[in-house]
Amino acid sequence: MKQLMSFIKKEVLHIIRDKRTILILLIMPIIQIMLFGFAMTLEVKNINVAVFYEYGDEMAEKIIARISASEYFNIVKSIDNINDVNNIFKTEDVDTVIVFSHNFSKDLYNMASPSIQIINDASDPNQASTVTSYISAIISSFQNDIILQTKPIIINTELKMLYNPELNGAYNFVPGVMALVLTLICAMMTSISIVREKEFGTMELLLVSPMKPAYIIISKIVPYFIISTINLVTILVLAVSLLDIPIKGSLMLLMAVSFLFIFLSLSVGILISSLVSSQAAAMLISGMGMMMPVMLLSGMLFPIDSMPKFLQVIADIVPASWYFTAVKKIMLEGQGLINVGKEIIVLTFMLFLLILASVKKFKVRLG
Amino acid sequence: MVKVSNISKSFKDVLALDNVTFAANQGELYGIIGPDGAGKTTLFRIMTTLTIPDNGTVYINNRSIIKDYMEIRKHIGYMPGKFALYQDLTVEENLNFFASVFDTDVNENYDLIKGIYSHIAPFKKRKAGNLSGGMKQKLALSCALIHKPEVLFLDEPTTGVDPVSRKEFWDMLAGLKQMGITIIVSTPYMDEASRCDRIALIKNGKFLHVDTPDNIIAAFNKNLIAVTASGMKTLLNDIRKCNHITSAFAFGSEIHALIDDYNNIGNVLSYLNTMKYRDAEIKIISPNIEDCFIWSK
Repeated sequence: MKQLMSFIKKEVLHIIRDKRTILILLIMPIIQIMLFGFAMTLEVKNINVAVFYEYGDEMAEKIIARISASEYFNIVKSIDNINDVNNIFKTEDVDTVIVFSHNFSKDLYNMASPSIQIINDASDPNQASTVTSYISAIISSFQNDIILQTKPIIINTELKMLYNPELNGAYNFVPGVMALVLTLICAMMTSISIVREKEFGTMELLLVSPMKPAYIIISKIVPYFIISTINLVTILVLAVSLLDIPIKGSLMLLMAVSFLFIFLSLSVGILISSLVSSQAAAMLISGMGMMMPVMLLSGMLFPIDSMPKFLQVIADIVPASWYFTAVKKIMLEGQGLINVGKEIIVLTFMLFLLILASVKKFKVRLG
Repeated sequence: MVKVSNISKSFKDVLALDNVTFAANQGELYGIIGPDGAGKTTLFRIMTTLTIPDNGTVYINNRSIIKDYMEIRKHIGYMPGKFALYQDLTVEENLNFFASVFDTDVNENYDLIKGIYSHIAPFKKRKAGNLSGGMKQKLALSCALIHKPEVLFLDEPTTGVDPVSRKEFWDMLAGLKQMGITIIVSTPYMDEASRCDRIALIKNGKFLHVDTPDNIIAAFNKNLIAVTASGMKTLLNDIRKCNHITSAFAFGSEIHALIDDYNNIGNVLSYLNTMKYRDAEIKIISPNIEDCFIWSK
């Protein structure tokens, strides 16, 4: 026990002495939450719109007024000449052009089906399709209003966004950042700190000593477990206080699942450290090999359901995707233990598999 | 104490150790002398239970390195080739850590390391990474000794250390020997060989001689001369062409060469004079360990 305690003390000293790294470790989750919560949003806002219509056209002006009143759009320009429409994307800072057909109001009163053309800069396809649906929604609600005055037979579609009524992007990112930060800190830092002993030759000395291999591993895990817990709490506090994301389910359950995932990531780090012998290799494998799948395949950025089949299979192997789903269920949807049972079982199974592999791979001798 | 029998070890197609056998007795200071790449480190890793040999057996105090490796690890001290210390921990923290790794503490065996540690004690708050080579070496030795090992394995402890520290270090080893610790030490420096009780010369994974340094020198049965002249650059090539000389090597400022008969020294001298070496001098010398190493079969 004394052996283990002094070993843990040594690991803590290593971490504290390396001021830059400890600073990065503690600040990284804060910055990521800020970035994903505020800056890197997939929502569409402040769209610059130019319009072409005939001056004095009553209905066209009403529609434009509605679009302008929306928080998403700024009407920045009114185009005089129809021939300028193609060039305006090149000359002006405009994202969308709305063109009203000739005699718009008149055709509308005469039931002659007037038309509105929406021209988008589709170099960002995601933004273009969002803008189109927003504008279409505004136009159809306008249409409903005038039809109501004449004929009251219509089918009204009513949308209800469950769990995230404002379609706030941060709702998806917070579980993603949790998965990302915990994976990075646990897997990367543990593997680097073990491999560093190999590089400096101190592992040789530890192996020649009567120190139990289990002690070496436990003492590497404990400090990073503590740092991960601090990060977890930081992220949750920031999410609730700064991004107004509620924790709907049980906090205990959320923490329990997170600890399970932390242990899982720590054992990934140990496994990596037994496979490589240089810090650079450990960094590459845990950085590229872990960060990319977590970002791309956990469902944080792209929904897994719309991926090709083989990517879905790979995503199933990535532990972070199970953790991400579990966090979403508990935190955002407020589901209980029974509904995240599948995720917990899969994560536990992965943990056992990894521990088994790392114990098997840990060498009591050199090379 | 340490009994190595018929050890062989190869890495892929390189034979690092070829049928090595030797035994070191209790309290003996045993030197393994050879150039870089001779197989010294591999031999040390096998003796310290870090690597398993392809063939042969090693017993440390009657414990097998295969079966009883955990027991052996409690009772040996090892200092690897590069000083394996935690660079970001202080001198004191390093020593305390290694003491606790062996389930002991610094006070328990302080007598053993006092003579060594007292040199670096004034710097105990300094980080190990900021120590000089000589101080690192003393700290590494203190760490290897802190649990009072039965056998101490030192792999090239004096490489990269200044001559004064090297001399001090060998004095320390002599002191440890007095306390009854068996020491196996390797070095590429032939001049350190005379500080050992017995030495083994190792070359390309094979032991050439095993004996006391004096006996190895006494067994040298060739006619050795030292040659000096101005124009040393070409001298080595020219003297090798002389038909009384069987072989020659540069030794610092002079050339050591084997001559077929001491009576022919005059002939060699006149051979050199007829070339361009007017001031050539030839002396009969007694061999040192390095001569024995170079001209061993």
